Amino acid sequence: MSQGRSTALKWSPKAWPEGLRASLPLVLPTAAIGLSFGLLAGPLLGAIPTIVMSAVVWSGTAQFGALTILTSGGGTALAAGTGLLANTRFLPMGFAIAPSMSGRPLRRLLTGALLADASFVIGHRDGGRFDISAIAWAALPQYVGWVGGTIAGVSGATAIGEPTRWGIDVLFPVFYLSLLLPELFPERVRRGERQGSGARGRGQQWSPPLAAAQSPPDHRRGLGRRHHPDLDAHCPAGVPVLVAASAALIGLRTPNRTSRGADAGDDA
Amino acid sequence: MRTWLLIIVLAIGTVLMKTIGPVLAGGRQPPAALTRVIALVAPALISALIVAGTFTEGQHLIIDARAAGLLAGAILLWFRVPAVLAMLVAAIVCALLRLAV
Repeated sequence: MSQGRSTALKWSPKAWPEGLRASLPLVLPTAAIGLSFGLLAGPLLGAIPTIVMSAVVWSGTAQFGALTILTSGGGTALAAGTGLLANTRFLPMGFAIAPSMSGRPLRRLLTGALLADASFVIGHRDGGRFDISAIAWAALPQYVGWVGGTIAGVSGATAIGEPTRWGIDVLFPVFYLSLLLPELFPERVRRGERQGSGARGRGQQWSPPLAAAQSPPDHRRGLGRRHHPDLDAHCPAGVPVLVAASAALIGLRTPNRTSRGADAGDDA
Repeated sequence: MRTWLLIIVLAIGTVLMKTIGPVLAGGRQPPAALTRVIALVAPALISALIVAGTFTEGQHLIIDARAAGLLAGAILLWFRVPAVLAMLVAAIVCALLRLAV
């Protein structure tokens, strides 16, 4: 991280730290998702809280998750619980990068806070190692894109009026689906290819960030359909979503065949 | 007030989840069973969020323009179209359907 800092001041992109450069192509999609968050959350939460939320939470999954519960009439506690559970992927991601980190706990804490889906992908190296400096640098454009997109969305929300008229309410589910598909069909969709597109330029495989830990595909497959949507008809909004997450306890079962103990991040 | 509380809880919780590994682990792996459960929480939850965000209206199950939009998005994602483009097309399909009916 510190080696890169001096080179960052030169204007030629070639002299920029690698993580920063690799992160730039991903700014546009990040900003677009931030924009859709601003569009939807602005009218519900208010402009300032929406922007502050993006600035301090900085996690599309958590923010969309909480907002989905709020829009369907759920309370604050359920919204917070859903948002946080949606972010549990950061736990294994954090443990995955930890072995590559050096320095004192405070330094590791500050660097760990820069973890994001895109920076995790960009920092991934062969053999389950991570370039921590690349992770840290990659986070910067992502953060700017996310908060900037949210501000643009909040401003746009007042201009376009009722968001459902424009089909904006379907953006969440499709965004989630884009995260879920690589989980369900790791061999079919590889996010590294799809959005990274040469960001790392090495064609390595990597496991989807939601999993970021070993777990045989047969456990994952089919999870998408199994959660009793009918619960939604009878329970307070949000409860069915949390109940669905309990299906993850199936992971307590010991996998029979496939590579246990494979290094996190390397099971794609 | 409740909104600010939500923001604070989400912010602190997210930072905690990102930093627990880096602070505590330092070269160690968590127990395998725990890792497997953690790895599955997000896909399970996200599936549920997709269902809740697409097929519910208040307390009711419903199939409306959102379902068509999601289907369009799903097809595009299946063919590895970038997520942002799939989202855009889904919204357009959804909006056009709502105009039509």
